[in-house]
Amino acid sequence: MIEIENVGKSFTLHNQGGAVIPVMAGATLRVAPGECVALTGASGAGKSTLMRMIYGNYRAAAGRIAVGGVEVTGAEARQIIALRRHTLGYVSQFLRVVPRVPTIEVVAEPLLMVGESAEAARARAAELLTRLNIPETLWGLSPTTFSGGEQQRVNIARGFAHAYPALLLDEPTASLDPVNRAVVLGLIEAAKARGAAIIGIFHDAGARAQVCEREVDVSAFAVRAA
Amino acid sequence: MKEMDQYNFAYLDEQTKRMIRRALLKALAIPGYQVPFASREMPMPYGWGTGGVQVSAAVLTPEDCFKVIDQGADDTTNAVSIRKFFQRTAGVATTEHTEDASVIQTRHRIPEEPLKEGQILVYQVPIPEPLRFLEPRETETRKMHALEEYGLMHVKLYEDIARHGEIATAYAYPVKVEGRYVMDPSPIPKFDNPKMEMAALQLFGAGREQRIYAVPPYSRVVSLDFEDYPFDPSKAEHPCALCGAEHTYLDEVIVDDDGGRMFVCSDTDYCAARRAAGHRGAMAAPYEEEETAG
Amino acid sequence: MIDANAWQQANPLFSVRGLSKSYGGRIGCADVSFDLYPGEVMGIVGESGSGKSTLLNCISGQMAPDSGEVLFDTRTEGLKDTRKMRESERRMLARTDWAFVHQNPRDGLRMGVSAGGNVGERLMAVGARHYGDIRDSALDWLGRVEIAADRVDDRPSAFSGGMQQRLQIARNLVTGPRLVFMDEPTGGLDVSVQARLLDLLRGLVREMGLSAIVVTHDLAVVRLLADRLMVMKSGHVVEAGLTDQVLDDPQHAYTQLLVSSVLQV
Repeated sequence: MIEIENVGKSFTLHNQGGAVIPVMAGATLRVAPGECVALTGASGAGKSTLMRMIYGNYRAAAGRIAVGGVEVTGAEARQIIALRRHTLGYVSQFLRVVPRVPTIEVVAEPLLMVGESAEAARARAAELLTRLNIPETLWGLSPTTFSGGEQQRVNIARGFAHAYPALLLDEPTASLDPVNRAVVLGLIEAAKARGAAIIGIFHDAGARAQVCEREVDVSAFAVRAA
Repeated sequence: MKEMDQYNFAYLDEQTKRMIRRALLKALAIPGYQVPFASREMPMPYGWGTGGVQVSAAVLTPEDCFKVIDQGADDTTNAVSIRKFFQRTAGVATTEHTEDASVIQTRHRIPEEPLKEGQILVYQVPIPEPLRFLEPRETETRKMHALEEYGLMHVKLYEDIARHGEIATAYAYPVKVEGRYVMDPSPIPKFDNPKMEMAALQLFGAGREQRIYAVPPYSRVVSLDFEDYPFDPSKAEHPCALCGAEHTYLDEVIVDDDGGRMFVCSDTDYCAARRAAGHRGAMAAPYEEEETAG
Repeated sequence: MIDANAWQQANPLFSVRGLSKSYGGRIGCADVSFDLYPGEVMGIVGESGSGKSTLLNCISGQMAPDSGEVLFDTRTEGLKDTRKMRESERRMLARTDWAFVHQNPRDGLRMGVSAGGNVGERLMAVGARHYGDIRDSALDWLGRVEIAADRVDDRPSAFSGGMQQRLQIARNLVTGPRLVFMDEPTGGLDVSVQARLLDLLRGLVREMGLSAIVVTHDLAVVRLLADRLMVMKSGHVVEAGLTDQVLDDPQHAYTQLLVSSVLQV
């Protein structure tokens, strides 16, 4: 489902004397449907960078990335937009939404984007928010006012609203209490059971052990400073 | 030297009349289209009918019989002075009888008596551009006419209904001529709009704005409206107090200090003719008395 | 559900080829090309004088470019160069399939006409002649842009800036256009009003399947509104691509400078 071959990345800082900072080379990885792969490695090893390249957020400098048969590397913008809308979900660590939009709408939006009816989308959003223990009194408020843990759960609800065939999870269980952590792990298990291919970053070793089939140490792809 | 010889016939010089006639011919060829013309200074102020006077001067011949009405009346200052003007400068016959006139200059009315083929009705027009209300730019309104973009005209009518519950435009009610140009019929009451589909020739002159337009005889003239708010040429719900007519446009006249009022035909010639034929309204004096007063 | 591969079949709705415009010897915009597909929102960013407004005026038919093509997928004839259209056709397009939202609502509204009349104008312009229907549409659209029904007969001059901007949007969208040009749509508004307007625009774009081109200098606005981004400098497009990619992994020196210059709250 997710194919990564020989992917490399460097940043060129034009405004700092054109310094080129290579950060990754030769990254190779395959994830099959129903499989969850954990990216590991020390902080700064390039876990998030790799995730962002898969999502099309960063441009890969070398190699090939394909998700569900769509070539992410070299794709037109609208191809990636369609891919993100239908195929590839992403739960980031940060919630980025239009201020003042109610939580329930934030969670329902991905479903509306794929043409789901407003009622069905809201019903699904309500179900997820309930499972993630966001009190109903908060649903009508903007999540920008929520605590870190609540924001994280809203983010997860949004990421799991639509049944993406491929999912990228960046620290989905960070800053969660044991109850909600268990709910999130359950969501991941369920996504795998329906055949989703998942790549995740988990600092939480227990969570990693519970849901991941394999671990890939990204440090192996890091470019050592010469 | 006779007074007549001190002027060229009908005041304007022949070159100017030719220029105006060319504009009139163009206006007739494109019904409802505003033709620019080089309006001359006339010996009367703008707003007193300088446009109409120039058109009349350009169409009058020595054989014509000329009538002037102002709001339907032959005897107001404006009507009298224009009539006198052409009496003096063209030496044409004048009349107050609609039927006898070959050229009728009018301000704000169409005579009640249906006009016949061969007659010419000349309108005095203050603002010829019907779109001016919502679009002040002349360049833009000309483009809108050229491209037949008349949605804005309905915006005006929409505003009327939204504000008053009905189309409150009571005069200068916009019309579409021959299915093409939207035209301002000059400030005639909307009651007169249906009469514009007539046998006579209608010419419009706007002196200050330097525009001439025309409606040839028997042209289709449709008042704009909405399907659910159709055009209604309504008038005051009274008969004429003098002649008893129930189908004419009426003026409201305050008769005393206690709010007493009467409604009388605005077309004085028509009203007088009816009374001469024996029609009587509720407040009419005996006819003989009327005669001696005249 | 919308087909995940629908994007492959779609033809561009709007296609700009080699568009250039100069003012005397000074470049307005130079050799700009892009395709816009149905449902896409494209942002154009750049500082004042970068040529983004010139570009917007040229592609929206408000200014004649010196060279290049501006193709639009017309309903009857398919992709057609709007520059070669007759003026009547171009103006018809401008009040049916196209819409233009001005930065200053006063430029896009008739201030002397009621809110209902403002919304109804485009309907009447395309031949609507039933007052009741026009008013119903106007009320429906006022509701969609969150203006209370009892304001329908008020003039825009009695509205706040945010309401005026929402009214302008309603007035533009009432004929169900397919392409909306927006010039700094949140420009003159308070921050709190901006958010509401952005959310409204996002919803309308999604519900109506609108395509839009949004010119702004506000990177936060494009991040939330635009799928794609074009960065302009001195009349040239220096970088284009997916909005978040351009903002998070800018490749061009100017884009890097632009992104790093944004003040963080």
